[in-house]
Amino acid sequence: MEYPDRVAIDDDPSLADGELLGMLRSMLEIRGLEDEIQRAFTKDLVRGSTHLCNGQEAGVVGACTALAEQDTMVCTYRGHGAVLAMGAPLDATFAEIVGRETGLCGGKGGSMHLTDVRVGAYGSFAIVGAHLPIANGLALGARQRGRDSVSLCFFGDGSTNIGAFHESLNLAAVWSLPVIFFCENNLYGEYTPWRATTRVERLADRAASYGMPGVRVDGNDVVAVHQVTAEAVARARSGAGPTLIESVTYRHRGHSRTDPATYRPEGELDRWLEVDPVLRLRALLTTRGIGEDRIAGTEAAAKESVRTAVESALAAPPPRPDALFKDVYA
Amino acid sequence: MSVTTYKEAIRQAQADALKADPTVFLLGEDIAAAGGAFKVTDGLMESFGGERVMDTPISEQAIIGAAIGAAIMGSRPVAELMFADFAGVCFDQIANQLAKYRYMSGGQVSVPVTVRLANGAGQGFASQHSQPVENWFLNCPGLKIVTPGSVEDAYGLLRSAIADEDPVLFFEHKAMYNLKRVRTGELAPVPIGQAEVVREGGDVTVVATQLMRQCAERAAEQMADLGVTVEVIDPRTLVPFDYGTVAESVAKTNRLIVMQEGSAGGSWGATVVARIAGDCFESLDLAPVLISAPDTPVPYAGGLEAAWLPDVDTLCEAIKAMDRY
Repeated sequence: MEYPDRVAIDDDPSLADGELLGMLRSMLEIRGLEDEIQRAFTKDLVRGSTHLCNGQEAGVVGACTALAEQDTMVCTYRGHGAVLAMGAPLDATFAEIVGRETGLCGGKGGSMHLTDVRVGAYGSFAIVGAHLPIANGLALGARQRGRDSVSLCFFGDGSTNIGAFHESLNLAAVWSLPVIFFCENNLYGEYTPWRATTRVERLADRAASYGMPGVRVDGNDVVAVHQVTAEAVARARSGAGPTLIESVTYRHRGHSRTDPATYRPEGELDRWLEVDPVLRLRALLTTRGIGEDRIAGTEAAAKESVRTAVESALAAPPPRPDALFKDVYA
Repeated sequence: MSVTTYKEAIRQAQADALKADPTVFLLGEDIAAAGGAFKVTDGLMESFGGERVMDTPISEQAIIGAAIGAAIMGSRPVAELMFADFAGVCFDQIANQLAKYRYMSGGQVSVPVTVRLANGAGQGFASQHSQPVENWFLNCPGLKIVTPGSVEDAYGLLRSAIADEDPVLFFEHKAMYNLKRVRTGELAPVPIGQAEVVREGGDVTVVATQLMRQCAERAAEQMADLGVTVEVIDPRTLVPFDYGTVAESVAKTNRLIVMQEGSAGGSWGATVVARIAGDCFESLDLAPVLISAPDTPVPYAGGLEAAWLPDVDTLCEAIKAMDRY
């Protein structure tokens, strides 16, 4: 494996069974919806491009469950999971991806711009690295307005090579902003293995350049991600400033809908499927002695909520023509 | 503090906004402790504190992004780009993020950011510190663009920009910082999107901003001596553009010259000429004329830069040529 130091899942007794089952439900809903989106492509219901996060569910769910209600989150174009993990409704999320009036953004944003400010999901951004500066702003604005709010920012390994990453981590450190820079290292920047574009051994080490802590975590271990993020959140909330988290994970699918990912070495995907975050959480629940009926019940509930969400989204109308001209200006 | 110059007007507008609205804050490179590279924010940190007048690293993307995020959370940022040319460094933040955030979120967010950009040629700053950068952003729906050409407008448009719910790019011409105030009376907000007829006339309409507006006023003086009356219009706002005021003037003069500092391609002047040629075709006695800088970068040497900038003589010749018809 790429990461010999990845650890077996550690349990965390502070997380109740119900919380873990909630995480499982959330991860299953994300995976279920991604699969539906893939299916919707084949029926030409999804326009342009889209970027699925199958395999990366533990990162977004583990991190977002460490936030409080007033906290904010921004993410990338591979952001369906992050937005759902914040609590965005499945039906409005799917409706946005298939361009319906009832979508999160009224059909104006689509797959790459999912936004639901009601749940603290302040946007999905389609320019690599562009939202890191904005994550700082959310933290700064919250501090200025007296909101005890932490800003969580997801981005990929590829983002760590763009200028905005450097500028943002530096400014966040200089101003001690309450930001969590959460790097989902899924081993590929679009079509290129991250090792081909990066010389450091650990992306978390980049934190040292900005004078902030850098932590690497097994990104397929939802409990470990949750713990690491909770520590960073506490640090941010205490006024001690930002943290860089490198969450090592794997993208089960290609970069986008048109990418069959043939550049991956043979057997790599299979090895990562063995450490699928859903399987690992399921195993932990079993170890805890949670009955198969409760786990299966959660799986069935997730499946059903995805099914009804897709059904209601597809029944919704497209945006009205006059929506074109709305929301350009206040 | 009594305001006598363009620069003081911009400083006063920020001071008054900081005083009037606790959510307003300023950020930029060297704007706080040093008071700004052009001293436009001099003294504001001392008056309002380092939490509201913030120095940043030399990181234009981080500056604009911080402004965007803070605005979404309910603050009202005024971000300074020390030279407008540096907008190239943060073009993505302005063109892709600031301009589109409201639209692509389906109206879930408001982004009331003001970006102040020290703009324009005429002072020997050479190619990378002199461009009229306003033309880069004409094609970014979601942004408003203002170009104050007087002390009153510098104050008034900045107050309006800061109070506006939408992002506004405030292009201040750095060759006009010491421009003296000629009118008296209270400085007050100037509405965005409203042109001003700076001088009335019946023979030719000249539309110009900032340095070129000053040329137009001087040319109008000279032409008056020759018995030609020139109507000078300063649009003051480029987006949204007040076509109504220009059309009304052209209906009277039947002749239009647009004079701008930048090159012609993809410029506001070219857009105005095209639009008025279509909308006011019946009113026009002859084809409208665009006077603009040549298609070269801004040169350094004094003689070359003077040759690059459109001037009063060029305008007078164009007016005379038009008036012969």
